[in-house]
Amino acid sequence: MTEEIHRIRLRVNGVEHEVAVPARRLLSDALRHDLGLTGTHVGCEHGVCGACTILVDGAPMRSCLTFAVSAAGSELTTVEGLARPDGSLGPVQQAFRECHGLQCGFCTPGFLTTITAGLAENPDPTEDEARDMVAGNLCRCTGYQNIVKAVCRAAEIAREDRDSA
Amino acid sequence: MKPAPFDYVRPGSLGEALQALAGHPEAKVLAGGQSLVPLLSMRLAAPAVLVDINGLPDLDHVRADADGVRIGALARHAQVLRDPDVARVQPLVPLALADVAHATIRNRGTTVGSLVHADAAAEMPMVLRLLDGSVDVVGPQGRRTIAADDLYVGPLESSLHHDEIAVEAFFPALAGGSGVAFEEIARRHGDYAMCGVAAVVAVEDGRVVSARAGYLSVSDVPAVVDLTEALDGETTPAALARAADAALAVLEPETDIHATADYRAHLARVLTARVVTAAHQHARQHARQEQS
Repeated sequence: MTEEIHRIRLRVNGVEHEVAVPARRLLSDALRHDLGLTGTHVGCEHGVCGACTILVDGAPMRSCLTFAVSAAGSELTTVEGLARPDGSLGPVQQAFRECHGLQCGFCTPGFLTTITAGLAENPDPTEDEARDMVAGNLCRCTGYQNIVKAVCRAAEIAREDRDSA
Repeated sequence: MKPAPFDYVRPGSLGEALQALAGHPEAKVLAGGQSLVPLLSMRLAAPAVLVDINGLPDLDHVRADADGVRIGALARHAQVLRDPDVARVQPLVPLALADVAHATIRNRGTTVGSLVHADAAAEMPMVLRLLDGSVDVVGPQGRRTIAADDLYVGPLESSLHHDEIAVEAFFPALAGGSGVAFEEIARRHGDYAMCGVAAVVAVEDGRVVSARAGYLSVSDVPAVVDLTEALDGETTPAALARAADAALAVLEPETDIHATADYRAHLARVLTARVVTAAHQHARQHARQEQS
């Protein structure tokens, strides 16, 4: 069977892209293959690991559980969109570096997007809340301790940012 | 792990959506997709057509009034969970929703979609049955209401016809003098539970006059057991043990990679006692508030 190709517009990190995809193209694959935004990682491809998490209109969602055709018209943010406007690391990225929140880095993009949205909703999380914030993301290297520390540190950096603004 | 090819339609009205479904016996409705897309990716399902209802207008409502809570087909779990009116009218809905997958999944998944996916390991189908709720569906013959008891006919099987779309769910309000509680045990918070129990208990002068419990992951359809007789008015340890016996006589826990059948039965016993006790306390509290 020849598959129908859909021409859709995806808005990613503030930039509008036009792509031609079959309906079955997962959003994660559209980002990686069609747009070359390989920061979004694909682990389990059935919604368990959280590596592919991106922000859809600000809310974290699994890009492997969404079809690209369904995402047309939404504002998408990937890990590539988390840096500051001058290109330096955003608060969550900075905190991960300071706290050794990553080792191999495979799961990191999903953590960074999830925590970015989590801190927008809860800017001052307790350690328990930080743990809950990342409960839907798997990391096989760190044992999570430093990731939880990084969530709290990111909140601190974001606060410092706001105070100095 | 890529879905097989399918045709894709994104109707702009309910009429168009029904037409698309009627035209293809192997069409499937796509709402949040958090259960459907994994099935497609693992090729456990390969519908010829996906009818994406995310573009339909006026289906993302969440309304709570004295009768209960009405949830539209496109309302996401997260939206229902943070609605304060829902929590006031039927507190069991947010209690259970908080354990529906992870927050990230709740941002996309829909409550109505979860109800008609009919997974006996899911929270909301069990809660709908326990509360005697219903789902409204629209098909070529018009709109009809399916009571929860008639909705779940087998594992992952609902009584919806293939040309019908579920448009709204109804969860009745918490009745006067009643209390609710919910607890589940999973390997990791947000994962599928090995066992989960919800209870609705009604009291008069402190005594239990009605008690029902719903069970997830310990039978192949969402299970509800009436514990009123077994409790005989009280929630003493002896009464709770009788209630757990009554429940286990009906439930059919099975062994899988996450837990043995025996362990699931043990969890059902422990959770029955905890949840019935908590619902009884909640009911007494609720009754006191009504008097004052």
